[in-house]
Amino acid sequence: MEQFQIRIEPARPASGGRRLASLGVNASGNLELLVERSLPPGEAVFDIATAATGFRDLWEAVISDLCARLPVGGLHFSINDGGARPDVVGLRLMQGAALMEQPA
Amino acid sequence: MGLKSWDRQRRERQARLDAAAPLAQGKIVPTARVSALLRALIRPGDRLCLEGDNQKQADFLADALAALDPAEIHDLHIVQSGVVLQAHLDLFERGLARKLDFSYSGPQSAAIARALDAGKIELGAVHTYIELFARYFMDLTPNVALIAAVQADHEGNLYTGPNTEDTPTIVEATAFKSGIVVAQVNKLVDKLPRVDIPGSMVDFVIEADRPFYVEPLFTRDPAAITEVQILMAMMALKGIYAPYGVRRLNHGIGFPTAAIELILPTYGEALGLRGKIATHFALNPHPTLIPAIESGWVEQVHCFGSEVGMDQYMSARPDIFFLGQDGTLRSNRLMCQTAGLYACDMFIGSTLQIDLAGNSSTFTNGRIAGFGGAPNMGADARGRRHASPAWMQAGQEAAGEAGSLVRGRKLVVQMVETFGEKLVPRFVEELDSVRMARDLKLDLAPVMIYGDDVTHIVTEEGIANLLLCRSTEEREQAIRGVAGFTPIGRGRDRAVVERLRARKVIQRPEDLGISPLDATRQLLAARSVQDLVACSGGLYRPPAKFRNW
Repeated sequence: MEQFQIRIEPARPASGGRRLASLGVNASGNLELLVERSLPPGEAVFDIATAATGFRDLWEAVISDLCARLPVGGLHFSINDGGARPDVVGLRLMQGAALMEQPA
Repeated sequence: MGLKSWDRQRRERQARLDAAAPLAQGKIVPTARVSALLRALIRPGDRLCLEGDNQKQADFLADALAALDPAEIHDLHIVQSGVVLQAHLDLFERGLARKLDFSYSGPQSAAIARALDAGKIELGAVHTYIELFARYFMDLTPNVALIAAVQADHEGNLYTGPNTEDTPTIVEATAFKSGIVVAQVNKLVDKLPRVDIPGSMVDFVIEADRPFYVEPLFTRDPAAITEVQILMAMMALKGIYAPYGVRRLNHGIGFPTAAIELILPTYGEALGLRGKIATHFALNPHPTLIPAIESGWVEQVHCFGSEVGMDQYMSARPDIFFLGQDGTLRSNRLMCQTAGLYACDMFIGSTLQIDLAGNSSTFTNGRIAGFGGAPNMGADARGRRHASPAWMQAGQEAAGEAGSLVRGRKLVVQMVETFGEKLVPRFVEELDSVRMARDLKLDLAPVMIYGDDVTHIVTEEGIANLLLCRSTEEREQAIRGVAGFTPIGRGRDRAVVERLRARKVIQRPEDLGISPLDATRQLLAARSVQDLVACSGGLYRPPAKFRNW
């Protein structure tokens, strides 16, 4: 079990109006994600609790790629990870960002 | 002159038949005499095919052969497509056999690697099926073939049932070159439902003490399909099937292609693609194809073999499948592989490792898995001379501006999730098989599909169209550009990858108009094996290990 926070300045602020979204499950190879619109538009925060230790480097790569591609400024992501592979992490984060783009 | 005899093989065959004759009544040998029969018919140094197909196994004869005395029978050269049973390995471990030429070894892949390492096996080559069959008629003609069928009559005519698979090819090569054919059958009967192998090609028939084993290889439980695989399936449909208009194709056996089969009636329907893509298949009867068949997507399917539980369903769909007048499936691996080579416009399947040139292999550390039909299905047929829209479009993309005379190209698509079990990257600098070939001093590194045959790579990150790459460097960056967060993927040149994306060499889900929110299991036309049964109207009867209700 490992916990850490990644703060980043994303390329674009989040569009849409949704305040809150949650998806996924904290199970083996999967993860549970809560997204809140609670930060200034120029920043994004990722709080990660993961079952697999020693992969912070990989998390940083996945998250910085996401923040370069998608409008996530102002969003706070809380992640409970059950040891998901980066492809699953990437898909869940994309899904979370897409949900927040929906109207309020 | 005049002293040369031209019938040495025939006289040799006759001597063996004479030795075995006292054991038989006509062609029929009692079950208990199996060892004596094999000892009378087999000589040291024989080339022997112990029918081990992809699915059907002559397991009764295999056990009997493996139990013989290696002091009496030794140095056999085994030429068979599948090395699947423990008894197949025992032949080498016990010193009955020495040399091996084969195609596929799924469950025994680790044991073969160990036996090779210990010097118990002298490896000829790991063939693709159609290639091994071709060699049966050139330099690997069997002296003895031990085959399996469902039923025989007293004349030695055989009914193979739906799993005909390799049998006609093995028998053709053996029987017409003075070889000896022995068939194990589940049952002796007075009248067969149909004749798959004429009795004139069969020397002895022996009733086995149990029905032959059939491995259920092509059943993928929809419950195990992930959202990442569904996302990849959506990209494949929208980014490859649709723009090329692929109608004639073969699917591999992995979960990503099972996902494609299951979203044809949902996502494919929404895209308006029914009747325009995926109408003709060279394919084993995948249970996951049932929803697409039932919703009118599929016009016809020719099968390499059968699949456990699918027989009644296929018998009830004669417009779709190839059936005998008796109403059961007739499969044929050689014919279906030929269809895959010359009459399919696309092969799409999964792989375990892929390098920076696009070469891929399922040989990973300590496993010699063989490739089965993949090298054939996944190769451009240079002898093809008929046009189709998909084939021509692929050829034109590869040629670019060059030349006025453009030949077509087969679409060869590899679906790869960037990471495998335990976070092992599937994209690598060097294939394990290349290192293994060095260590074992093999003449040829076992590559499943060569990079120059691969046209597209689909990962969860996107599609790389290698036809549009104009240099080795572009090709490498196109592969890195879909390799996700593997070290290979993270080693990409971001500027080059963005330029490739602008040229549509690389396409991301968002470039294809695919929302990640749609990549859910709701998109699967069946979400469990039970759903497949319901969809088939109860005709599909899954084996016990896939029943959880």
